[in-house]
Amino acid sequence: MSTPTEIYTDVQLAVGRSFEQVRRARNLGIIYLILAGVAAWVFTGHQGSATFNLDGGRSFGVAATPLAWIVAGTLAVLGGIQLARGLGRWQSAALAAAAVVFVFSLLAWAAAPRSFAFVGMLSQSITFSTPLIFGALAGIMCERSGVVNIAIEGMLLNGAFTSALVGSVTTFWVGVVAAMITSALFAWLLAWLAIRFKVDQVIIGFFINFFVAGLTAFLDNRVLSSNPGYNGVDTLKPLKVPLLHKIPILGPVLFTQTIFVYTAFALVAFLAWAFRSTRWGLRTRAVGEHPKAADTLGVNVNRMRYRNVIAAGAIAGFGGSWFTANVGRFREDITDGRGFIALAVVIVGRWSPVGALSGALVFGFFDALKDKLGFLKTGIPGEFIGMTPYIATIVVVAGFAGRTRAPKASGQPYESQ
Amino acid sequence: MELELRGITKRFPGVVANDDVNLTVRGGEVLALVGENGAGKSTLMNILYGLYKADEGEILVDGQPVKFTSPHDAIAAGIGMVHQHFMLVPVFTVTENVVLGVEPTTSFGRIDIGSARTRVAELSREFGLHLDPDAMTEDLAVGIQQRIEIVKVLFRDAKIVVFDEPTAVLTPQEIEDFFRIVETLTAAGCGVVFITHKLKEAIRIADRIVVLRRGKTVGEADPKTATQEALAEMMVGRPVDLEVDKAPPQLGDVTLRVAHLTVTDANGRAHVSDVSFEVRAGEIVGIAGIQGNGQSELVETLVGLHRAAAGTVALNGEDITTATPRARHRLGIAHIPEDRQRDGMVKDFTITENLALTSYYAPPLSHGINMQWDTARSEAERLVEAYDIRTPSTETSTGKLSGGNQQKVIVARELSRNVHLAIASQPTRGVDVGSIEYIHERLVDLRDKGVAVLVVSTELDEVMALSDRVLVMFGGRLVANLNRADTDHNDVGLYMAGAKGDFMPGDAPGDATPGERAS
Repeated sequence: MSTPTEIYTDVQLAVGRSFEQVRRARNLGIIYLILAGVAAWVFTGHQGSATFNLDGGRSFGVAATPLAWIVAGTLAVLGGIQLARGLGRWQSAALAAAAVVFVFSLLAWAAAPRSFAFVGMLSQSITFSTPLIFGALAGIMCERSGVVNIAIEGMLLNGAFTSALVGSVTTFWVGVVAAMITSALFAWLLAWLAIRFKVDQVIIGFFINFFVAGLTAFLDNRVLSSNPGYNGVDTLKPLKVPLLHKIPILGPVLFTQTIFVYTAFALVAFLAWAFRSTRWGLRTRAVGEHPKAADTLGVNVNRMRYRNVIAAGAIAGFGGSWFTANVGRFREDITDGRGFIALAVVIVGRWSPVGALSGALVFGFFDALKDKLGFLKTGIPGEFIGMTPYIATIVVVAGFAGRTRAPKASGQPYESQ
Repeated sequence: MELELRGITKRFPGVVANDDVNLTVRGGEVLALVGENGAGKSTLMNILYGLYKADEGEILVDGQPVKFTSPHDAIAAGIGMVHQHFMLVPVFTVTENVVLGVEPTTSFGRIDIGSARTRVAELSREFGLHLDPDAMTEDLAVGIQQRIEIVKVLFRDAKIVVFDEPTAVLTPQEIEDFFRIVETLTAAGCGVVFITHKLKEAIRIADRIVVLRRGKTVGEADPKTATQEALAEMMVGRPVDLEVDKAPPQLGDVTLRVAHLTVTDANGRAHVSDVSFEVRAGEIVGIAGIQGNGQSELVETLVGLHRAAAGTVALNGEDITTATPRARHRLGIAHIPEDRQRDGMVKDFTITENLALTSYYAPPLSHGINMQWDTARSEAERLVEAYDIRTPSTETSTGKLSGGNQQKVIVARELSRNVHLAIASQPTRGVDVGSIEYIHERLVDLRDKGVAVLVVSTELDEVMALSDRVLVMFGGRLVANLNRADTDHNDVGLYMAGAKGDFMPGDAPGDATPGERAS
């Protein structure tokens, strides 16, 4: 005689799925149905068609209500399949596709019956993701070598402040260099306390964050606000990449950006290559995963960590100066928690530069979407719209990054015998 | 190449770890260095490898004195070390692990991975190691990982290779493979130092055996004439009984009944498939099998750390399939886990604290929300005495004890209660000869008192010495259920290798059909 539990178990074993996978598939199915419900109830509420403006005066129109019904139907079907038997290896691809059509339907609903600059929003997504890319790369460099750096926020903020102050009195690029040097000094402080004195790295990170936040706020109030000459740099103009900027849609989105954006992309490519193919990369990974093995093979563990953390500080300082360059001046708490989002991006990107790039782009997109929804007067309270990027980050971290693995020795001080 | 250690002395606060040790090893020979845990073998090798500095004495390479201040110097002098705990980065490929620290580079610090891979493949072929240069290290079996360590050493042109307890983590088959590799190394002119406490293996492979006791070399033996008994006596300092003495079992009622038990992991793969067996009061049942054939998962399920996917477990007639670990403990199941440092104790806790771990929540160790530490401490003192735990005090942190004494702490905690079923997984792994003898005696004592004992071990000798009945696991199934008296090493070995028994080669462990019994 078999009990119901045993029969259930036998069925699971027969189809080769574990309880874990079954539960995950079921939860996803429920999420699809909820999204389908939102599309059916809410996105069908605006009549008329939304006009998506592209570059060069082109545009296309979408009838919001029929689109919402189609999207709701598709999501409901996906949810049904997911609940009934799972989508197997198409699960992630289906989820990503569903997210794209859902957001598209959301945009159509929000814009109808008016028009809005679709390509402008995409371009802005890239702009907004830039500081996150730098922050996340700084985080990756530290964590891959075994040091947890939650002080990215402080280093970005310091970069923004220093580049504003020094950039105002001298020239902008001197300010950027000063930002890199000072943030590298904070990084050195982190490394020194963590390596030499084995202070808990999270505590040092918090200390640096609070210290920088307090100091820059104080100096902003006391010095910058009464001396406008100390807080004003020229905003950076986009540079058009020859020829490439003429490509429709991609041109304005990817190839009409500031030097910061191009630097970010270049740095992602460089670090991805360096981690994989260079001596530095191999040793950094060894030191972050199994420092004792590296030590017995003659790799100086702590020197690797010092170098990486300090270089990461310089990257974060450079990324911080983006905030100042973006609006032309410093203001209190200008980074607005981007350093912490960068930490989430590190995890979503699974400690890889290319992964971090994609994570940063997703966040940048929702950040730009938030701005757009604010303009479009959808009736959603502004506070909720403001939450969009953060909620999206939580969903992405929980949904896609469930099974990530941090460098094994991350956060652990190393002491040789 | 000839390596000589002359008059090495190393003192640590309170102990002399090495006391005027002399040792020579030449190219082409295998020197076995045997001694109990704590006899000073590892200290000596760490001095040789430049990790420690000797207080007195010198190291000579080909007659010339040398000074090693870091592993770098030792490597440069042609000395390679394969540590007991492998120094491998799990997420690296074989080639990446081999080149770490001596990477061949081209411009911009780019690693010339192509030439490194070729060299790894060459060495692998030359020494019969069968390594895939691109395999991911964490996916490889322990025996294969050890070969990566060997290639690491060869890649650095070592002429003397030191193996620290190399067979402790290997299965019987892997041990045979390992000996073949050692023979290839010596044939190529390398000298090998083989550190072990397994006397049978020392006799099997060594050209000379040096015995170390309490930091001193107490003798040298010729493996052609030496016996295990004589070596054990030199090692421990007193005659040791390597056989387990026991009377015929007095069988009682069925204590543990396992029926059609299936255990799966998070990916739905079955590690234990439809396993059924019984253990009666007053008998020792041994489960033999090569590591990774489902024994660990079976034990974890019996003690409640893992959920059964199907089947039932009953203790004295009561169904405990879904009982919590604590409930099982209270019903009288004792568990000596296979990895004592991970599952058996908290390393930074004192002996008192570790001994209280299973009973802290009830009187007499607690009173309401207050711990009764005085009671716990006097109880700990009693157990330290009764179980011969060698420690300066009950307030010493357990991680500082030797492996054998750590194991005795766990044995004391688990067996000092009113126990109906004792489950001992790898009870003597990494434990010295004296403690092995002691732990075996305790298990036989329990059986004679009418306790059901289940011993799981990958050491076939141990299973054969202790058991009244032998079960063999292969591919997650029970392939044999034999009376000890009706079987021998050879027979059980065949079952372990899957060469005998009703296991069909095409049977994937995942397609267990309920109702079909193994053996």
